[in-house]
Amino acid sequence: MAKHDLIGGELWEQYSNKVADRMNNPRNFGELTEADAQKLGGRLVIANEGAESCGDTVRLFWIVDEATDTIKKATFKSFGCGTAIAATDMMAEMCVGKSVDEAAKITNLDVEHALRDEADKAAVPPQKMHCSVMAYEVIKRATSIYRNVDIATLDEADMVCECARVTLQVVEDVIRINDLKTVEEVTDYTKAGAFCKSCIQPGGHEKRKYYLVDILARVRAEIERERHPERALADDFATLSVVKQIKAIEAVLDEHIRPALARDGGGIELEDVQPGEHGQVNVHVRYQGSCKGCAGSAAGTLTFVEQTLRKNLSDKIRGVVV
Amino acid sequence: MERIYLDNNATTIVDPAVRDAMEPFYCHMYGNPNSLHSFGIEVRPYLHQAMEQLYVGIGASDEDDIIINSCATEGNNTVILGFYFNLLKDTRKKHLITTQLEHPCVRESCRFLEQHGVKVTYLAPDRDGLVTAKMVKEAITDQTALVSVMWANNETGLILPIKEISEVCKERGVYLHTDAVQAIGKLKVDLQEVPVDYLTFSAHKFHGPKGVGGLYIRNGASLPPLLHGGEQMGGRRAGTVDVPGMVAMGKAMELANTHLPYENTEVRRLRDKLEDALLKIDDILVIGKRELRTPNTVYVSIRGVEGEALIWDLNQNGIAASTGSACASESLEASPILTAIGADKELAHTGVRLSLSRFTTEQEIDFTIYAISKAITRLRGLSTSY
Repeated sequence: MAKHDLIGGELWEQYSNKVADRMNNPRNFGELTEADAQKLGGRLVIANEGAESCGDTVRLFWIVDEATDTIKKATFKSFGCGTAIAATDMMAEMCVGKSVDEAAKITNLDVEHALRDEADKAAVPPQKMHCSVMAYEVIKRATSIYRNVDIATLDEADMVCECARVTLQVVEDVIRINDLKTVEEVTDYTKAGAFCKSCIQPGGHEKRKYYLVDILARVRAEIERERHPERALADDFATLSVVKQIKAIEAVLDEHIRPALARDGGGIELEDVQPGEHGQVNVHVRYQGSCKGCAGSAAGTLTFVEQTLRKNLSDKIRGVVV
Repeated sequence: MERIYLDNNATTIVDPAVRDAMEPFYCHMYGNPNSLHSFGIEVRPYLHQAMEQLYVGIGASDEDDIIINSCATEGNNTVILGFYFNLLKDTRKKHLITTQLEHPCVRESCRFLEQHGVKVTYLAPDRDGLVTAKMVKEAITDQTALVSVMWANNETGLILPIKEISEVCKERGVYLHTDAVQAIGKLKVDLQEVPVDYLTFSAHKFHGPKGVGGLYIRNGASLPPLLHGGEQMGGRRAGTVDVPGMVAMGKAMELANTHLPYENTEVRRLRDKLEDALLKIDDILVIGKRELRTPNTVYVSIRGVEGEALIWDLNQNGIAASTGSACASESLEASPILTAIGADKELAHTGVRLSLSRFTTEQEIDFTIYAISKAITRLRGLSTSY
């Protein structure tokens, strides 16, 4: 919370003029039929996305020239709010003239960017982002239909949120593309977790295969690992070679532990690293300087050392004083 | 563009007569009513007058208390949290009964108490969208300390059988609280007829200003204050009272009762005219039997038309209405009433509420009928599902 968050309630006034205009006068709405396809000499593709009980549905119509894979015409129908209609209208327009493979690369962010009035000002508020996500999903679905990929497997496989019909792939993509950091953001972007809330974390009224908290933690860890390959992260620590474990421990000792102990005139050396019971890693340390023989070392300092190592490396670490 | 306000269950225009009544208390009679000097002395008679208007307005007895506070949300929190400190925390009474229809300020206060070990029953509405006295009776146990049921529902206008519920509560020796925010000004609220222990209201729902409300406490019903630190309101609610707001609320209450017959005839007639016109359109469902609703409210579900898209189109025509389940609002769940009356799942996001007031005109309703029909045609043309 801060100055600009306290009043709240803002929604429509945050829409760009382009969003409002396309809500009022969508350019590309309507149905395409087999007759239209014949006239244009292409193949008709119809894709559905969303469910009315969730508040948003989109139907995308394409006529594709099969010789070149080019989308010659695109229209839509929508049951949804203004941003859903505006985003779908823009998306349909962006498909035209592209090959199916190119169109499949259009993301919700491309649609949102195309709807902006000013390059650096979002076209819709965050809680409306899910509407453009649906525009992106329906292209994927149309592509899968055109490419003749089994729709049933795509439909049901790895569904994270049944209410909003959000798949694992969509959740992972949205986290990565938008660099999302909280479950609330994932919900704003995808609507996953906004309805029955069962898929947010275990303990809801329905048991789920996937939970948003777990997916987010995993994808965030992957992103961090990709950005900082030098850092050994918690989950991996126990499986590292002993040499790498020692290097990682030394790095934490240098960065977080030794400076703190030095303030009291003490020091610490790493003696050994050994596998313990139940996958634990025993880190043997030897105190130096004023820590040596200090009554507090055995309990207080060891707790500090152990907690710091656990926080930075792995909760499987157990500290042992030599 | 002339605008039309049909969102009177959210808030109302301040009646010009109410504004006139409160105006002198800003720059002329601005004394603190707790002061001994002339500035305080000159204000107090107006507060006594406002109290008189409020007591008469809801049929309170002189021995009862009406605490002036900031709004019904404050009043509802005071009652529910107060019950925790009074009874639920330390005695055997660990149970509270409310409904799934309540405003979030009641529901979330109850959820908060659940975190502190209180057991709460949330009664689900029946197929009429109502909670009955029988349901309350069956839910009461010897551990029940309080029943909290709203008098009228904000979304649908459905009126709950508070009189029957009050009889059940009296019979079982359980306290009864009612959130009467949507009842005052729309139907007769008379505590001589309907004895409840606690009742809350907000001035801005009956043409008073925002930021002032009332909490009625029956004589003998105990309740600790939520705000401590002053002798105001007999120590039941500390803090300098909003003098212009209180005077305005007194006046607004008086006017609300004066206009009740008009509400029941003219406002009802206009609402019915709007409702009848809507019912002529195919695949429209009005929620709740007409005779069970407040006279100003109609809540419709329009197949194939998403609620927020419809109120967008209405807004483009200068008409203000609201939707229970905007797809960006915090609660995406279908209203429990829609579920209860057995509406299709597909209708969950099609609800739109139109709420009139005594300031609504026939021309406004005629234009609204035209604009809403136009919007429905356009949006159904766009819709995947119509």
